[in-house]
Amino acid sequence: MTKLLSHLGLYFIMMKKVISKPENWSIFRKQLALEMEKVGLNSVSLVIILSFFVGAVVSIQTAINMSGRSFLPSYLVGLASRDSLILEFSPTMLSLILAGKVGSSIASELGSMRVTEQIDALEIMGINSASFLILPKVIAAIFIFPFLIIISMGVGMIGAWIGGLSVDITTGDFIYGLKYQFNPFYITYAIIKTIFFAFIISTVSAYFGYHTKGGAIAVGKASTNAVVNSSILILLFNYILTDIILS
Amino acid sequence: MIEIQNIEKHFGTNHVLKNVSFLFERGKTNLIIGESGSGKTTLIKILIGLHTVDSGTVLFNGVDFNTIKTKKQRLLRQEIGMLFQGGALYDYMSVEENIMFPLNMFTEKTEIEKLERVNFCLKRVKLEGKNGLMPSELSGGMTKRVAIARAIVMQPKYLLCDEPNSGLDPKTAIIIDNLIQEITKEYNITTIVNTHDMNSVMEIGENITFINKGEIWWKGNKDELLNSNNKELNEFVFASELFKRLKKA
Repeated sequence: MTKLLSHLGLYFIMMKKVISKPENWSIFRKQLALEMEKVGLNSVSLVIILSFFVGAVVSIQTAINMSGRSFLPSYLVGLASRDSLILEFSPTMLSLILAGKVGSSIASELGSMRVTEQIDALEIMGINSASFLILPKVIAAIFIFPFLIIISMGVGMIGAWIGGLSVDITTGDFIYGLKYQFNPFYITYAIIKTIFFAFIISTVSAYFGYHTKGGAIAVGKASTNAVVNSSILILLFNYILTDIILS
Repeated sequence: MIEIQNIEKHFGTNHVLKNVSFLFERGKTNLIIGESGSGKTTLIKILIGLHTVDSGTVLFNGVDFNTIKTKKQRLLRQEIGMLFQGGALYDYMSVEENIMFPLNMFTEKTEIEKLERVNFCLKRVKLEGKNGLMPSELSGGMTKRVAIARAIVMQPKYLLCDEPNSGLDPKTAIIIDNLIQEITKEYNITTIVNTHDMNSVMEIGENITFINKGEIWWKGNKDELLNSNNKELNEFVFASELFKRLKKA
């Protein structure tokens, strides 16, 4: 319990340093562009591949579970795929995957900078190292993750359509299912969740990386802690946010 | 000049620095020597504000570093050049970008002016034309020299060096030592070198402080060091056969 409180205290102290006006706006813009590339563009291919195949599998499994139950209309495959992707897979499952990719990258980058004294070097120069290194990552994640999630929804549905074709779900039925009783608020809900998850992934990972002590082993440990703790918090906040927003 | 007065520092129950007071003079190479774990790295980290003191004061030209506000501490830090043990160059920046970084952050100079300053510093550390190299392409000695160039690019008033020769061959170590001493004289800055390399002590030791078990045990210059009768100092400095012979000679 003391350890948890100590972590929380250090996290909030770090966040107080992170949320401050950048010392040099032109350098901040460059850093932000760099982070958007690292956090966002470099994850696009992973998001496309994962979403396509998960979408295809969801649609095939739904169709197989429905087979032999003639009272269930085949357009339900489109509807089930749509809701699974929009409500859970794209915002939550993909955020868990991104916690692994982006979170570990943030923690190991900051951890390496800490153990090689690069963060100390920034502080000696009179730079607020937490703000300089972490703020661009947090803003980049909050800005880019919703786009990744929207790409994931689109590609996932293409995957679901192709998967559906392989189990004899017609394009017409599938599209009818996609449109059937569609509630646009689900997209808003997914984006709200994603913004929270982006904040969790970037700040929790940065916290573990920034506070690394030791050498190479400590960097690895920080990276693991970042992924594990981000994932737990994502699942916890997924429950809280769903309860607040949807119920 | 930097003055420390009655510094006390604990890490848990470990009393690392005990009532340490010292004056680091301007225009001189001030050396802190001592065994590993004697408290010299803690002292240098206190000087640059990476560790806080339990009690005591750190004065930079009369300004108490620990009592001024964070913003003023940051401004003061811009007057400090620091050479880290491993160089601490930013991995993702080239040599030129590393040296130019403080100029980009804190000055309004034009690109041409900044580049001129970078090239001047590179020339000063005898690395002309190496602008485009990445830190991973540099040898240990080159890394230290780039780090020195970055430390002096803002024309600091204070230069702090933590184990500048660790991991270097004797010839390169002498080059780095001489460079530090030349820069100290040239810019009339206050330089503090934290080392346990006895070659450095004999090469550039003008104002030497021996720290033992967290206390200042001995002060003097390299000539006084050779003739000292301080038992602990002699055991530390003349531990090797070579230095024992030197003392006898």
